[in-house]
Amino acid sequence: MSVAVSCRGVGKVYASRTGDVEALSPVDLEIAAGEFVVLIGPSGCGKTTLLRILGGLQQASAGRMALLPGADGRQSVGFVFQAANLLPWLNVEQNVALPLRLQGRDTAARLARARTLCGQVGLAGFEQRWPRELSGGMQQRAAIARALADDPALLLMDEPFGALDALTRTRMNQELERLWLASGATVVLVTHSITEAVMLADRIVLMSPRPGRVQAIVDVKFPRPRRPALEGSVEFQAIASDLRRLLGEEA
Amino acid sequence: MNAARILPGVVAVLLFFAGWQAYCAMSGISPLLLPSPVQVLRAFIDILGEAPTWVHLAFTLGETLAGFAIALVFGIALGWVIATFPMLERAIHPFVVASQIVPKVALVPLFVLWFGFGPTSKIVVAAVIAFFPVMTNTLLGLRSVEAGHEDVFGALRANAWQRFRMLQLPSALPAIMAGTEMAMVLATIGAVVGEYLGGSDGLGYFAVATMNAFQTDRLFGIIILLTVMGFLLYAAVAWLRRALLPWHRSVG
Repeated sequence: MSVAVSCRGVGKVYASRTGDVEALSPVDLEIAAGEFVVLIGPSGCGKTTLLRILGGLQQASAGRMALLPGADGRQSVGFVFQAANLLPWLNVEQNVALPLRLQGRDTAARLARARTLCGQVGLAGFEQRWPRELSGGMQQRAAIARALADDPALLLMDEPFGALDALTRTRMNQELERLWLASGATVVLVTHSITEAVMLADRIVLMSPRPGRVQAIVDVKFPRPRRPALEGSVEFQAIASDLRRLLGEEA
Repeated sequence: MNAARILPGVVAVLLFFAGWQAYCAMSGISPLLLPSPVQVLRAFIDILGEAPTWVHLAFTLGETLAGFAIALVFGIALGWVIATFPMLERAIHPFVVASQIVPKVALVPLFVLWFGFGPTSKIVVAAVIAFFPVMTNTLLGLRSVEAGHEDVFGALRANAWQRFRMLQLPSALPAIMAGTEMAMVLATIGAVVGEYLGGSDGLGYFAVATMNAFQTDRLFGIIILLTVMGFLLYAAVAWLRRALLPWHRSVG
């Protein structure tokens, strides 16, 4: 299996008035192409920092990070944030098409692609609406569609469903798994939710704070697609309580 | 329902004019001090029928629009420069503050001295007065780009020009348009004040000349004409704002 993301000693130190703060002590991590990796841990464990370094939004202060090109040879990255971050002056389909617009793709082609994606994320009929007319869950669907617009080899998600209610969240988890299976992309998702982590991950990277570091890595081998009923199974709960114990030790 | 909403305003305005007319009729006040609404209306219609009125209007309108356009271009450009190069702000700041504290009307004689009695000095006055709100609002708008939106463009590896055109400019546009509305009003004031103080063209000059001739009813007529012109210019900018910002919560 080919490696999509490779981190060797990737670390981040901030300079502050009271001295240097180690936000992320050196991390070694390899992620296989097509793998679904979840980063979980309490606040301050460096999971968002690591994700932002992977996405090129922050520079690592130590180590080497390599993103390997996807099947089509491009090194494209899609990023979904905690907030939808839709541009309020563009309608839904224009927002979804933004990555293609930045690449200079012509209007007809990119809007056609955007409409297809809107359909796939359950936004059919809302393509021409302004973002402010959409509910929080629908805005986040549009943000996911935007991240997928460019067929990225790597999809980075920073607590994408953190602001949603529990019912919406469960449904979005299922839909994300479906989109991911269809796309073949590599996903790195940051979450606070143990249930979300076990439901979605091939591999859970457990991180702990002060300084932020990788504490443990847990494999999750349930077959796909995973049903919500899986959450009630003994095996699921065993992994979840393991994680709870590991997280609790650090608290 | 619509009629019910505008009715109180219409009644109030009618009462105001009726009271004014009654006061003029009963107090015996000289029409040189306060003409009655009926006299003002007659004078206004007379003025509209005279060719020189429209020449004056064309001068004032042209000066206002030219000053407004200059204020817009320089205000947006300087606002962008300051937002992009914060070092420059510290250098420019004293000048910007000074230019705001100086009563610009007091500068008009200086502009007349430098730029003559023709339209140029009025255009300069209009531009100088209208410039500031455009610049400050542009600066404010460019500074208020949301961090989350910056992240989106960062993750998509957008270049500087794409960021400016697709992120900074649209983010700043509501603030820029608010400054533009103010600039339109201020440019009108600047042009008219410039005409008061020098030259022989424009509605400002026309008003002063009419006052010197003690034609108070015609002076009222000119004021009405200026008000209508100012209102139409402001309405045009407000319409433009709505057309440019259909997504914004200030619209609709």
